[in-house]
Amino acid sequence: MAGLEDLYREIILDHYRNPRNRGELEVPPAVQAVGFNPLCGDEVVVYVDVQDGVITDVSTGGQGCSISQSSASMMSTAIKGRSVAEVRRLVRAFKHMMSIHGTGIGGTGDDLDDDGDSGNGAGDVKLGDLEALRGVVKFPVRIKCATLSWNTLVQALDETFA
Amino acid sequence: MSAGGDRLGPQTKAHFPLLGRQVHGRPIVYLDSAASSQKPRSVLDAMNSYYETINANVHRGAYEIAAQATEAMEAARAGVARFVNAPSADEIVFTKNVTEAINLVARSWGGANLGPGDAVVITEMEHHANIVPWHIMAAEKGFELRWIGVGADGRLDLSNLERLLDGAKLLGVTAMSNVLGTLNPIRRLADTAHDAGALVLVDAAQYVPHLPTDVQALGADFLGFTGHKMCGPTGIGVLWARAELLEAMPPFLGGGEMILDVRKDGFLPNHIPHKFEAGTPPIAEIVGLGAAVEYLEGLGMDRVREHEVSLTAYALRTLEERYGSELAVHGPSEPACRGGVLSMSFQDIHPHDLSQVLDDRGVCVRAGHHCAKPLMRHLGVAATTRASLYVYNDTSDVDALADALDVAGEFFAR
Repeated sequence: MAGLEDLYREIILDHYRNPRNRGELEVPPAVQAVGFNPLCGDEVVVYVDVQDGVITDVSTGGQGCSISQSSASMMSTAIKGRSVAEVRRLVRAFKHMMSIHGTGIGGTGDDLDDDGDSGNGAGDVKLGDLEALRGVVKFPVRIKCATLSWNTLVQALDETFA
Repeated sequence: MSAGGDRLGPQTKAHFPLLGRQVHGRPIVYLDSAASSQKPRSVLDAMNSYYETINANVHRGAYEIAAQATEAMEAARAGVARFVNAPSADEIVFTKNVTEAINLVARSWGGANLGPGDAVVITEMEHHANIVPWHIMAAEKGFELRWIGVGADGRLDLSNLERLLDGAKLLGVTAMSNVLGTLNPIRRLADTAHDAGALVLVDAAQYVPHLPTDVQALGADFLGFTGHKMCGPTGIGVLWARAELLEAMPPFLGGGEMILDVRKDGFLPNHIPHKFEAGTPPIAEIVGLGAAVEYLEGLGMDRVREHEVSLTAYALRTLEERYGSELAVHGPSEPACRGGVLSMSFQDIHPHDLSQVLDDRGVCVRAGHHCAKPLMRHLGVAATTRASLYVYNDTSDVDALADALDVAGEFFAR
């Protein structure tokens, strides 16, 4: 049985209490996207400012549980200053970790990523602090909380390049 | 009123097999009956016995078990009619759930009777099931959707009711809010609506399982409720409507069972209620609902209501004593004016996080917007944590909830 400590790691609670890159960016130049979790009513707003293929600034807003808010906060620190291509790889790696097949079992190489990539999806992408969210997979109901801001980021990036 | 709030709970718990299990190594504390109730042994046995002894399609075969299956289904219909004091079992239409019952009214009655210049009035405390069908039909038919607001005390703001109903053809209202627990004054609303020439549709999903229900005394024209919130199975709901309305309404779904005759150039619909029951019905579920009605009649709906008022009072008192201003329960504060639905905000812990810690202690509550987003916006919250009480709950469940709140408070304070 998964214990609460698997879910609520200290770093997660820290990002929840002290969210990084919280707020709004001016639109334009930034692009804004809003994501909803219809299950629990959580809303996440993601602003990204992309200049020459690099995410020069990012901000997140909205309201939600500790998992969705800390995931948004950790995401913002992980993507700021990185190229869009790198960030898309990071998104794939993160979503792979958040899929039930991506964590804990290993060896099958199954990949449930939206883009249908084969392989383990994670490649050599370093997740760093984001690894703390790995325990969420043991609580399947909460996976959508952890992925909400990431899906919203993808919306924002898609809009940037639309 | 007993000081402890225990009237039915300790005796009835034993009737529900699931309540004997453990979760995460602790006895289950089930406080989510507003979402779905547990099922007593008698309901499970009735459904099992149906499959083991008389399973056959209804209203067709001339053989013995087909006749028995039909008889069992129609006996359940009669039981449901008796349970809500419907004048005739022909006024009981079996649906999948309340959502389908309301969609049936919106699509069939609304499709035939609503158009540009008309209005439908609903309230800000409706479940999405009594909002979205009207949005859909309003977009299609061009009528106006008007809203009765909610006041600060969690009751409907009826100060401009007459104006809202002026020119309206239908009032749709929940008999009891699934978030606030508020019991709405259905009779008064129905009388005012009828005076204005509007029909009244009552969403009784949270009402029929908990209070003695008399559709005639309520003054409703349409009333929907669902089996799985009243000790019955999922997949079976009920639309009650006055016979003359059902007679005049066009069919909802087309297919087998709902016809008298089919020709290449058209069809002749069946008599009510079968006109609205296309296809093979969920027979075992209907039999289960019949058994659920008998179970609740055995307890006595007056006793059910007394038990819940008493236990709600105990819960409100316990939470107030132990948590004071750290915990807010939305909705009316007097137990006599509300049902046993306690939507809470606790400290600044997000409902999703709170329910996770409660689950770790075996306490089952619902976190979220409860399919009532307009009401959530009115309350200024994204979500609440909702504990809801039923016949099998007792003071030990309330105490377990309060103890688990302690644990959650400590967990997130670290």
